[in-house]
Amino acid sequence: MKQVQKENDPQISQDVSNLETVGNIFSDNAKMSMRNVNVFYGEKQAIHDVSLDIGKNEVVAMIGPSGCGKSTFLRCMNRMNDTIDTCRIEGDFKLEASDIYHPKQDVVALRARVGIVFQKPNPFPKSIYDNVAYGPKVHGLVNNKTDLDEIVEVSLRKAGLWEEVKDRLTAPGTGLSGGQQQRLCIARTIAVGPEVILMDEPCSALDPIATAKIEELMAELSQNFTIAIVTHSMQQAARVSDRTAYFHMGKLIEVNDTKRVFTNPEHELTEAYITGRFG
Amino acid sequence: MMKNESNQNTHSAEKPSTIELVNKNLTKRYRAEKRFKAYGVTAILFGLACLVILFSDIIGKGHSAFLQTYVYLEVNYDADALEITDVTDPQQLAMADYSALVKSALREQFTDAKSRKQRRNLYGLVSNGASFTLRESLEENPALLNQTTGVWVLADDDIDTYYKSRGDNQADAFIGRLNPQQVAWVETWIGNQQLKKSFNTTFFTSGDSREPEQAGIMGAMAGSLFTLLVTIALSFPIGVAAAVYLEEYAPKNKLTDFIEVNINNLAAVPSIIFGLLGLAIFIGYFEMHRSIPLVGGLVLSLMTLPTIIISSRAAIKSVPPSIRDAALGLGASKMQVILHHVLPLAMPGMLTGAIIGFAQALGETAPLLMIGMVAFIVDIPGGVSDPATALPVQIFLWSDSPERAFVERTSAAIMVLLAFLITMNTAAIWLRKRLERRW
Repeated sequence: MKQVQKENDPQISQDVSNLETVGNIFSDNAKMSMRNVNVFYGEKQAIHDVSLDIGKNEVVAMIGPSGCGKSTFLRCMNRMNDTIDTCRIEGDFKLEASDIYHPKQDVVALRARVGIVFQKPNPFPKSIYDNVAYGPKVHGLVNNKTDLDEIVEVSLRKAGLWEEVKDRLTAPGTGLSGGQQQRLCIARTIAVGPEVILMDEPCSALDPIATAKIEELMAELSQNFTIAIVTHSMQQAARVSDRTAYFHMGKLIEVNDTKRVFTNPEHELTEAYITGRFG
Repeated sequence: MMKNESNQNTHSAEKPSTIELVNKNLTKRYRAEKRFKAYGVTAILFGLACLVILFSDIIGKGHSAFLQTYVYLEVNYDADALEITDVTDPQQLAMADYSALVKSALREQFTDAKSRKQRRNLYGLVSNGASFTLRESLEENPALLNQTTGVWVLADDDIDTYYKSRGDNQADAFIGRLNPQQVAWVETWIGNQQLKKSFNTTFFTSGDSREPEQAGIMGAMAGSLFTLLVTIALSFPIGVAAAVYLEEYAPKNKLTDFIEVNINNLAAVPSIIFGLLGLAIFIGYFEMHRSIPLVGGLVLSLMTLPTIIISSRAAIKSVPPSIRDAALGLGASKMQVILHHVLPLAMPGMLTGAIIGFAQALGETAPLLMIGMVAFIVDIPGGVSDPATALPVQIFLWSDSPERAFVERTSAAIMVLLAFLITMNTAAIWLRKRLERRW
């Protein structure tokens, strides 16, 4: 019965190409600001004219049905899509004053400032210590072992993993449980000392308990970091984020304070999605 | 709706239900499954049987080559016969005619050898390598001069074959080129226990020779080793570098497609063509010497490169993208991603391909024939620019020789080649395991 209604839902099949973003895309204290972003994979346009600010020490959640372009948008924010040959990006990406896609912008330096955590936990097949120490080593952040030890410990503490692994830092990172691996990946990202952390569905491969731990961690991290998170779980978005952006078919439909999006959405598509009528 | 459906189910009771249909086919499916498994087992058994036949044939024929027949002779180091006036002069010791001592020792034991022909037959019982043994013993101990002492010297290959095939029963013996008188002399030796079989050190320490009893595998082994070292040193780094570039950096366009197709084609080019290429380019154009392991190694590198490039690319491709993403996301540069993560993770796979390539190169004969590594070379090569031959070429040369004693040596050389291969593979597998564990 539900199926039938879904297919006939006028809201889904309608043309979204002329839709304007509703809500407030601006932030008073923007850490990152994206303007008029279009992204193409070959001929296919994945993102249509999206503009969005991410405020300092803010957690912004990006939600939307599969294939809506939210992950693509996130990956463009630290140029991870550079590795895809067919990917073409238009528009402005600014990290504070600097243009992310400026030809003179060094991508390595950018990624030191904008870290990313992926959907699937992907620790290096190395020891826990080496996993966390890799970033600082690559960027030459430390000169001696003591400083490195300290960075590793602080990062693991911030990621809430220190107590669990402090006795086995030399054990392979791949031997940890899924949730621990993801926290290790977060620790690894923190160790570089980024300003922004991008999270691409960080909990989709984890069980509820591990998810809860990571959500708790995000709340703590938001005191020091700016976080943009892509998630499929609306509850998660509601729990962890300050603002929520709803994407639909490559368009940014609505951005507002999280509370407002989930209690009183402005756009009918947002309402349809959060009430579970599709997605 | 629901009611209707359940009604339909009861109505169709005359038709066989799903589970009945499944059960009906089940036995057939299990039989097919069993047959399928049996095909695999048969294939493996067939392969094993071939291997057993091959090995038992080679070992059966070749094991006797590891033993060598020696003759015990009472030799008088007669200073006059040797024309040595000063025993401390190494020149005189080196130039002396030791074969005269062997001949006189033989004449003394067998006085029935009267005619020149008979005497020549008699002298033929002992290898002409015997004089080297005498020279060495005198050089070691000059006090032996003018003394008579018992020495074990190399027997001729015909005697070697005769004695080895004889066992306890004279009727089994392979007589070959021996005449009845020679057989009688050998039987006298056997009766006097003047013949012994001991470990054939000559086989492992000397180079090739026209005389089977003096022929050794060491020259070919050294030649193969040097050739292989050149091959490994050239083809592995070049192959890996090419694979890394093609996989990580090269733009995906017509040119790279063309290169890829050609690499795949090169892997299928017959090896003798690489030999011709080496002859034309390295020897003809660059005027390198013939028969040297350097040229052999260059040619075999060309031959192995496609295999290594193809397998290295496959290994690099199989590194999970999530690891690259992780390193890139942390701000590692492309080179750092490759050096720190991709290559270490791909190394076991690349080594597997390389081992196959090197094993192929080690067993390759045809291209080496083209560049002159088929020459008869007695000296053991001391480097990559000394004339040499290689193990498979040595096998080819010996299998072509008429002397009966070369039959067992051919098989023994095959065993040495196989042992060489197995050692190399074991080392490579050990290395691979180590790398895997580290990561």
